[in-house]
Amino acid sequence: MGGSDVSATLFALLYYVATLLLVVGVAMKLRRYAKAPAPLKIPTMPAPRTMKGVYFRLLRETVLFESLFKSNKWIWLFGYLFHLGMLVVVLRHFRYVTYDIWWWLELIQPFGIYASYLMIIGLIGLLVRRFTVERVRYISSPSDYLMLVLLIAIAGTGMAMTFVQPVDIIAVKGFFLGLLRFQINPLPNSPMLLVHLALVAGLMIIFPISKLMHGPGLFFSPTRNQIDNSREKRHLAPWAKKLEE
Amino acid sequence: MASLDMNAEGGPKFVGDPLAIPKIKCDSMEDLESYMAHPKHNTDLGFPGELIDNWKEVAIAKIGELAENNRAFQVYLDTCVKCGACTDKCHYFLGTGDPKNMPVARQDLLRSVYRRYYTFAGKNFPWLVGARDLTREVLDEWYNYYHQCSQCRRCSVFCPYGIDTAEISMAAREIMNTIGMGQKYCNEIIAKAKTVGNNLGLNPKALRATLEDLEEDLEEETGLSVRIPLDEKGADILLITPSADFFAEPHIDGLLGYAKVFHEAGVSWTVSSYASEAANFGMFIGSYENMRTLCLRIRQAAEDLGVKRIVFGECGHAWRVAYSFMNTLAGPFDFLDQDYPIPQHIMEFTHDMILKGELNFDKSKNDHFRLTYHDSCNVARGAGMGGYEGGQFDLPREVIKACCNNYFEMDRDTTHESTFCCGGGGGLLTDELMDLRIKGASPRMTAMQQVTEDHGVTHLVAICAICKTQFSKVMPEYGYERESILSVHQLVANALILTGQTIDEDTAPEGDGVATEVNS
Repeated sequence: MGGSDVSATLFALLYYVATLLLVVGVAMKLRRYAKAPAPLKIPTMPAPRTMKGVYFRLLRETVLFESLFKSNKWIWLFGYLFHLGMLVVVLRHFRYVTYDIWWWLELIQPFGIYASYLMIIGLIGLLVRRFTVERVRYISSPSDYLMLVLLIAIAGTGMAMTFVQPVDIIAVKGFFLGLLRFQINPLPNSPMLLVHLALVAGLMIIFPISKLMHGPGLFFSPTRNQIDNSREKRHLAPWAKKLEE
Repeated sequence: MASLDMNAEGGPKFVGDPLAIPKIKCDSMEDLESYMAHPKHNTDLGFPGELIDNWKEVAIAKIGELAENNRAFQVYLDTCVKCGACTDKCHYFLGTGDPKNMPVARQDLLRSVYRRYYTFAGKNFPWLVGARDLTREVLDEWYNYYHQCSQCRRCSVFCPYGIDTAEISMAAREIMNTIGMGQKYCNEIIAKAKTVGNNLGLNPKALRATLEDLEEDLEEETGLSVRIPLDEKGADILLITPSADFFAEPHIDGLLGYAKVFHEAGVSWTVSSYASEAANFGMFIGSYENMRTLCLRIRQAAEDLGVKRIVFGECGHAWRVAYSFMNTLAGPFDFLDQDYPIPQHIMEFTHDMILKGELNFDKSKNDHFRLTYHDSCNVARGAGMGGYEGGQFDLPREVIKACCNNYFEMDRDTTHESTFCCGGGGGLLTDELMDLRIKGASPRMTAMQQVTEDHGVTHLVAICAICKTQFSKVMPEYGYERESILSVHQLVANALILTGQTIDEDTAPEGDGVATEVNS
């Protein structure tokens, strides 16, 4: 058994564990959010008067970061560049887990590199803000900096494999396609790749137990997902119902 | 901080910027402390009289219980990414520079403890995620800074996840009450409202005498019998209004306005001595049970008096409770007339009358005012009006404009959903917090000074009893007279010409020396 076989086995295990923790962890968190009732109607007004309106509000928050835009143009700009860039980069990585390349993957393929620029510019902007703006520095914990550093490292090692030290991406694809079929295929023995993969697995593991849950959390936020109809329709939490008996 | 206004009348002028961000002044508001409740007031509300021995265990358990029972609390503790969007949005931070008055930092006082006892990272790596043990120092810090939040929700407008500091601050006060650490101002008042029926402790006899005096004033002014009925069974409308409307200025002038509008509308209405309070301080301390008890008094009064409709007077947080919570807490109100909103706001009632053309205004009666309108936080961000999105902004403005000629808007970043709190809401309208109240009013006052410079605005109009009291106290600190704050329905009362009213020579717009009858 050669060194590369050992690392392939280790990384296969790591990715199975990381995926399991990510899926189970997020599912458990979402279950907890879903189970906790909202005792009162607290939408931040003015709020939509229909469910359709609520979907539209959530869509604007998700796609445009509407509230953040109203709040602070710099955070919005850096946050938006980072998230948009990351979205394209993550989508582009789907080519490593599908045998045939879907048409939309072909479509975004040329934008991957530019997306990585946006992502790294956004992340560095956010990190600089965190250091330089007195108010933001005051509210930052070590984990807040480390999270940005982790993402910058992931983006940086990924870009390095494109620009500095190319790896055999066909073999990488073979490795991940193998994982989907419970086979351990060889993984190229590139330090850059191994660091990149280890950091991504780390991100997957901490996702459910960190502030990264803000994404799914938004959809459970009562100030954003409730309809303004409290006079017309009575809203009652199960535990509150017991008070009436 | 000042900015140069190039468009000011009479050439460019330096005016303050209501959104100016101060330098951080760590712990500058650390010594401010709201008085603690007397043991009796805590026990009246169902809480322990004094700090219990095992407060720490009980407080930590309460955090877990709230997280299970209130989705907002759970989600908001988890999802903050410390992006900083809210850091310059709180009027108390803008006014004091104390970083613990930044919304996220205020939330973190509790979030840090939640993380320590309820999250993997906080249990194992507290230094990494800013988690900390619950100690007596932390508890004191909670008490201090959660009583520097007026629960105005301005931060929740700007948070990308809608995190609402009011929810955290209410939960924190609920936790503190659970371990016997209540605040005097709120708890004393709730105890009074629960026993006497209003926050002032005004008994039915005194209330009746007050209302009779006001009826006499109205008759003297109009020559008509404009009534303010009390406990009249079979009336169509039950008016629930803040008890400040019965005695304080300018609140009382608003009450006279409601009475005139009801009179002109020809409806039968009544005040209840059993539920003579719109305010519901149960909300400020985050207590569902206490808030519910107070709402049930209103329901009881409506049932006992056999009314068909409930109308609320001018009060901000009361309208949030009435509009957003009352159906939940004390509904369903199936015994009331379903053709009208339940409950209805007096602004909706008056606005309807104006639309129908049933109110005859002489706008010139308000010509000695140059006016601007302060959107009260709980009306703007906690409730609705008029049955459509944003009606709470339009209706008061349309009513004001219907009865005055000189109206001007303040900076749009300080009105509507972005309105600044008056600085006295959320259970902070107490004298020992005056320093905070004055500083917290500064963004609103600065925005007002801008329109005073630009348009010669003299008076501020508000729709909330707390705002009115707060402004009458703090406006002198900003160069205005204490009478510079007005009720919306005070303007209505001034301009409304009742059918058959006598107009005397002093106040008649075109006085011909003789008292004249107006028929319209």
